[in-house]
Amino acid sequence: MKPTSIEELQSLICSHPCLLPHGSKSKTALIASEGITQLDLSGFSGMIQYKPSEYTFSALAGTQLDEIEHILNENGQFLPFDPPLIKHGATLGGTVASGLSGSGRYRFGGLRDFILGVKYMDGNGRLVQAGGKVVKNAAGFDIPKVMVGSLGGFGAMLELSFKVFPSPVAYSTLITNYSSLQSALDILLTLTVTPLDLFCLDLEPEDRDRVKLMVRIGGLPSAFTERIQRLKSILGDGEIIVGKEEKEVWHEIREFSWLPGNGALVKVPITPKRMGNIDAFLSEWNTKRRYSVGANLVWIAWQGPIEILHQYLIESGLSGLVVIGSPGHPRIGVRIGESFTRRIKQALDPLGRWIDV
Amino acid sequence: MEIGSTLGKENYPVWRSQDIGETWQRLTAGLPQHANLVVLREALATDTLENAGIYAGTSTGQLFYSQDAGDNWQLLADYFPPILSVETAIVDKITFHFLGGAMDQASFLSALAKLYPPGRLLTKSAQLAPFESDALTAYQVRPMAVVIPETQEEVIDTVRLCHTHEIPFVARGSGTSLSGASLPVAGGIVIALNRLNRILRLDPQQRLAVVECGVINLDVSRAAAAYGLYFAPDPSSQLICTIGGNLAFNSGGAHCLKYGMTSNHVLGIKVVLPEGEVIDLGGESLESVGPDLVGLYVGSEGLFGIVLEVTLRLLPKPEIFCTVLAAYRNLEAAGKAVSMVVASGILPGAIEIMDNLAIQAAEAAVHAGYPLDAAGLLIVELDGEAAVVEREFTALMEVIEESESYEIRVAKDEADRQRIWKGRKSAFSAVGRLSPDYLVQDGVVPRSRLGEALVEIQKLSATYGIRVANVFHAGDGNLHPLILFDGREAGAYEKAEELAGEILRMCVEFGGSITGEHGIGIEKKNYLPVMFNEADIETMRSIRIQIDPKEISNQGKMFL
Repeated sequence: MKPTSIEELQSLICSHPCLLPHGSKSKTALIASEGITQLDLSGFSGMIQYKPSEYTFSALAGTQLDEIEHILNENGQFLPFDPPLIKHGATLGGTVASGLSGSGRYRFGGLRDFILGVKYMDGNGRLVQAGGKVVKNAAGFDIPKVMVGSLGGFGAMLELSFKVFPSPVAYSTLITNYSSLQSALDILLTLTVTPLDLFCLDLEPEDRDRVKLMVRIGGLPSAFTERIQRLKSILGDGEIIVGKEEKEVWHEIREFSWLPGNGALVKVPITPKRMGNIDAFLSEWNTKRRYSVGANLVWIAWQGPIEILHQYLIESGLSGLVVIGSPGHPRIGVRIGESFTRRIKQALDPLGRWIDV
Repeated sequence: MEIGSTLGKENYPVWRSQDIGETWQRLTAGLPQHANLVVLREALATDTLENAGIYAGTSTGQLFYSQDAGDNWQLLADYFPPILSVETAIVDKITFHFLGGAMDQASFLSALAKLYPPGRLLTKSAQLAPFESDALTAYQVRPMAVVIPETQEEVIDTVRLCHTHEIPFVARGSGTSLSGASLPVAGGIVIALNRLNRILRLDPQQRLAVVECGVINLDVSRAAAAYGLYFAPDPSSQLICTIGGNLAFNSGGAHCLKYGMTSNHVLGIKVVLPEGEVIDLGGESLESVGPDLVGLYVGSEGLFGIVLEVTLRLLPKPEIFCTVLAAYRNLEAAGKAVSMVVASGILPGAIEIMDNLAIQAAEAAVHAGYPLDAAGLLIVELDGEAAVVEREFTALMEVIEESESYEIRVAKDEADRQRIWKGRKSAFSAVGRLSPDYLVQDGVVPRSRLGEALVEIQKLSATYGIRVANVFHAGDGNLHPLILFDGREAGAYEKAEELAGEILRMCVEFGGSITGEHGIGIEKKNYLPVMFNEADIETMRSIRIQIDPKEISNQGKMFL
């Protein structure tokens, strides 16, 4: 069902027992399975308010991020959390609900750090507003944040406000190779405590004795030579890519072009020091994976039975989110703060109209 | 006359003072079974009530005295917190004094006394006085007791006890809140958390620190400095304010534009919910899946229980800073310069503005070297990797030189930079030199309307005949009007508060917020409905009720 007005949305919500809002369905695993009414919110689309000098914008939740990025780009600004799957049609609301940020979140923070306000319709068909539209606000509970990663379980987001930053004039990426994951990790851990401004810090195991480290910097190009030289003094020599080619590489990464044709895409938050263990498991399963955000996150192209990965995550005390794959049960591994989540769910959705997160 | 009718509270036993015989019997009958009346005269003779008559107390801690009317009754209530109120009634020309006390408080206090040694359970008037208010000194409430836990277990046990007895509790760190965050509740207790001040773990490679809630903000950066790291949120009170308070009120500071508020630097928390359940939220990773529960918890103003332990994200210390001072003949020109800096595509670590009154005060207090004749002073700071900052500095100077600034000064070294910041960060207390009392607001307006907002504040200041000094985080549009008044003058506080209210309404009208970083607390409760409608507030309230059904955690804050 695709409502186009608030009234229509309201009557749909009030007349259906179990609902799941969605945008353009770019994250296939997050689409509801049987018995749930799908609420297509892509009709609520468009930028509502954008004044570049404010570093903020408000847009309808069904707006495609491609459109938003385009408008921001024309004004020399960007979404610093580097949202993924943009060319797959990802919408603003869907990105919030799935709580996804890309490699670029390493520099300034993730989606949660840039969301300012939300207007949503609750299970009673009431419009509720929380947060604000200015870059700084501490009034009331931070409900916008709890919408991040809520997977549609708390209401139908209609309008979202975000903080943006001026985009770097240019980027440059240094790619270095190491013979083992451990040696790449050692370098990564050295880098994270240096005062160097890094936009992305990703690790890509290519085969058993080749691990690629990708470091992206941004800013005024006049400083690039000096900065790259400094990076090389820590990383060793490597390949430098710039311009269109460089942009294309990172574009492919955030669009997950590297994903094999079949199987699932799973997001698993980790810490650098846990990378070794999980990598041993993943390489045993011959799985393509990418460690992102300074090894705070691994994107897994899982081709085996999802139950096996779920079991592994449970045993390791890790949580995961299936982003692309069969719909139904996207959250795998351990769940943190379940009793707290239940309280929030009870408060925000007492009628249980929205899908259970 | 019906005894107790003047107190009018069904749940409260009431005792009266005159005539010892029968009344005391009734009094005893109304007490918990194990309570016995004992005479306590000697015990108290040396204390504040030395001139009083006969005192009586119970084995569970209830205390009364029978003879002697007048002020001493009030003293008694002050002295012994289970007595909630004292009322006087004249019946047949005889003065009766009624004491009202919550039935359960005595047993609550005796249970509390089992958790804490006497030195860490404060119940005496003089001991409670320092906890009556926080930095919002216009509000004062004396709590029933203050406990000073030293371990997380003690905090958990205390919260559970409060829950069982339905006693409200207020968590308190260093009491630096400007919105009355840690104002006690009458008949409730204060849990003073300063002794939970251990840094439990510092992992430089993963850039995180696990700390207890009572750790002082700046101490995190001090500990991390050895590894070239720091904790970014820097509220002006960072020398004394605690992480727990920062977290509860999502504190800001001067560097929020680029680095965000406290919330952006909290990875995980261990909390005790108001019902006594202990849970972990978040973790150590920068990323997470599932609803961002940590994000909701941060800034919940103490209404969701008490944070025991916090996993903080640390950042590499910027390699260099470049701090520029620019002086302007009028505030609008300074505001315009901010817009120019923002439009240039540079992302400074901080952009601050001070008006002349604030400059004068800060300069007198710390000799920061500010130009005393400036109507508006702009502080812009760049920070980061040397090669990056050097180039940005060139671009920044071009912008500043283009603005209407008549004097530009660049901090020549770290000591100079520290002086500049010391002036800015001590501006609030420095303004104290100009006036016996002041109110600080922290409303936010869209940055492009800063100039308009300042003109409006000046107009209001003139209309009310009240001086207002302005210090603000200009990069965030976060105002800090300091409204000066003399609390000794009748009605002065009310007038100042009214002016403050007008400023808040203006912020909302301009599309901003009533608070950027101080929170609602007790102070701005009346203005939450100005910013949010009924459904919004009802939603927030329902979250509160789900997490704290008895509403004992920081009761009376945020909501009317």
